[in-house]
Amino acid sequence: MSFLDEIKKYDQQELLDSILSKKPADVENALHAERLSLDDFQALISPAAENYLEPMAARAHQISLRRFGNNIQMYVPIYISNECTNGCVYCGFNCSNDNVHRKTLSLKEIEKEALALHKNEFRHVLVLTGEDPNAIGNDGLVAAIRKIRPLFSSISIEVYPMDVAGYRQMVEAGVDGLTIYQETYDPVLYEKLHPYGMKRNYRWRLETPERGGEAGLRRIGIGALLGLGNFYTETFFTGFHALYLAHRFWRTQVSVSFPRIRPAEGGFKPLYTVSDQQMVQGICATRLLLPDAGLTLSTRESARFRDNLIPLGITQMSAGSCTAPGGYSHQDEGTGQFNIDDDRSPEEIGRIIRAKGYEAVWKDWDAAFLEKKAS
Amino acid sequence: MDELIIAGRRFKSRLLVGTGKFSSNQAMLEAMEASGSDIVTVALRRVDIDNPEDYMLKHIDRSKYLLLPNTSGARDCEEAVRLARLARAAGCEPWIKLEVTPDPYYLLPDPIETYKAAQILIKDGFTVLPYINADPILAKHLQEIGCATVMPLGAPIGTNKGVKTRDNIAIIIEQAHVPVVVDAGLGAPSHAAEAMEMGADAVLVNTALAVSPHPGMMAAAFRKGVEAGREAFLAGLGKQRKFAEASSPLTGFLRDDK
Repeated sequence: MSFLDEIKKYDQQELLDSILSKKPADVENALHAERLSLDDFQALISPAAENYLEPMAARAHQISLRRFGNNIQMYVPIYISNECTNGCVYCGFNCSNDNVHRKTLSLKEIEKEALALHKNEFRHVLVLTGEDPNAIGNDGLVAAIRKIRPLFSSISIEVYPMDVAGYRQMVEAGVDGLTIYQETYDPVLYEKLHPYGMKRNYRWRLETPERGGEAGLRRIGIGALLGLGNFYTETFFTGFHALYLAHRFWRTQVSVSFPRIRPAEGGFKPLYTVSDQQMVQGICATRLLLPDAGLTLSTRESARFRDNLIPLGITQMSAGSCTAPGGYSHQDEGTGQFNIDDDRSPEEIGRIIRAKGYEAVWKDWDAAFLEKKAS
Repeated sequence: MDELIIAGRRFKSRLLVGTGKFSSNQAMLEAMEASGSDIVTVALRRVDIDNPEDYMLKHIDRSKYLLLPNTSGARDCEEAVRLARLARAAGCEPWIKLEVTPDPYYLLPDPIETYKAAQILIKDGFTVLPYINADPILAKHLQEIGCATVMPLGAPIGTNKGVKTRDNIAIIIEQAHVPVVVDAGLGAPSHAAEAMEMGADAVLVNTALAVSPHPGMMAAAFRKGVEAGREAFLAGLGKQRKFAEASSPLTGFLRDDK
């Protein structure tokens, strides 16, 4: 059994009809439920809930405050390779995109990047690569992680999907978190958007978080790339997926990201427009469904929008991000995966977070948790 | 003077405070001050233990407060033991608030792993204050192996629900030889007072202070709640009666006959 069996129980059109048919009374019931059913969740992401954004936000705020306090955990992505054999039509690192200056950092360069980030107070990093076994595979990744491990208290990866043995290897090297986006939960659309490359396999991708959970990763982050599929069904499946993972891997903290598609090299246009209002609705509804999940916001969004989302239940944010390999130690390096909107420095974002009445937390984990032998 | 004594050490206050979730370090320091507490607990995951410049380590006045490191985030015995040893190696006193919470959702304590870790740490010379579910038998076991307190939860961490485990906590208090500190779930000064009236030796509060719009004021309120509850306990609360006393007693004739 995997989440694929769960998803197969739904017909995309019937699900959409069900969400679109929700009435204000369904929304009100959902707002008063202590724990939401999936049916309640459908009501909260439905058009009927658009008139209830304020009470939804108030509840989301209150739940988040109680569970996570006035803290926003800060992390930063570190791109170590943009070489890729996939053809994801929406991605700047798409291998048919000749405008990208391809690069895989050497261990020395990786260390330099890590040192630059460490100097900026970052202790939680997210290591990213494309998918190209000739550029970087599990052993290369392990070497990179071992190199930077002494500098950081938490290392997550957002790389190509691995098998369980691969993830075990990562845990042993000191990785505690995995981020893997399904991009779209619609299998037909998924096939269209991934015309070739290893990423074409929907099932392998969908079951990736489960393999990570199996290997004992402490944190698993999922998400749909908003703007690819229908907002309603994608938001529903993302929340359902998170709930499924949280139940099945009860020791693992599940988090949900809300990446909204950005202009990238190659000029892909979003297939659906996801409005700011819908983003807010999706975030609040997800918080109400999953009171204990981490909710992540990246620098894809504008500064103003990000600032206003802080009290709605966001628990972690990236700052000062650069999506090009080598970009922290050399400002002019490479081409990014996508354009970031919020280009404020970490100190600046820290100031804004404080002005909102929150504390930016740079360290909320310790590498010692994963040490093999007690010293 | 009515002092709290843990492992032979004397404390004036019966309110312990946590340092997580505050909106700023300033708010945290204000709440600590207003609480009158002399034990503050700090998550090892949040501090850079080897760095003397770390904000919490630097700004919490250790001549005034016992800095009680906790192992929050540890998923099993091995992780908790490792963190405790790291804290000691970095110069913290060998006191540890033992938290083993493998479920990141309700953050409920794991009785099996907590017990194993307590055994190891006590042998290792630590003063161990374990966070536990309100399980009287577990409390007895932990006391037997030498834990300095037991810290049963009133309700899951951060829920503000109050003393939901009241009946079991009453049994723990009745049977314990070590101080009972009610930890987690206390959302209002009245909850703290309730635990103290029941005879708890102390309470630990964090979320209720940290997420209050006025942490200092809330800390002062909790301080009073704890003091009021303690004084009521010492004064001896009137017993609640299970049965009404009939104005014409059914057994009155027995006395009449005398």
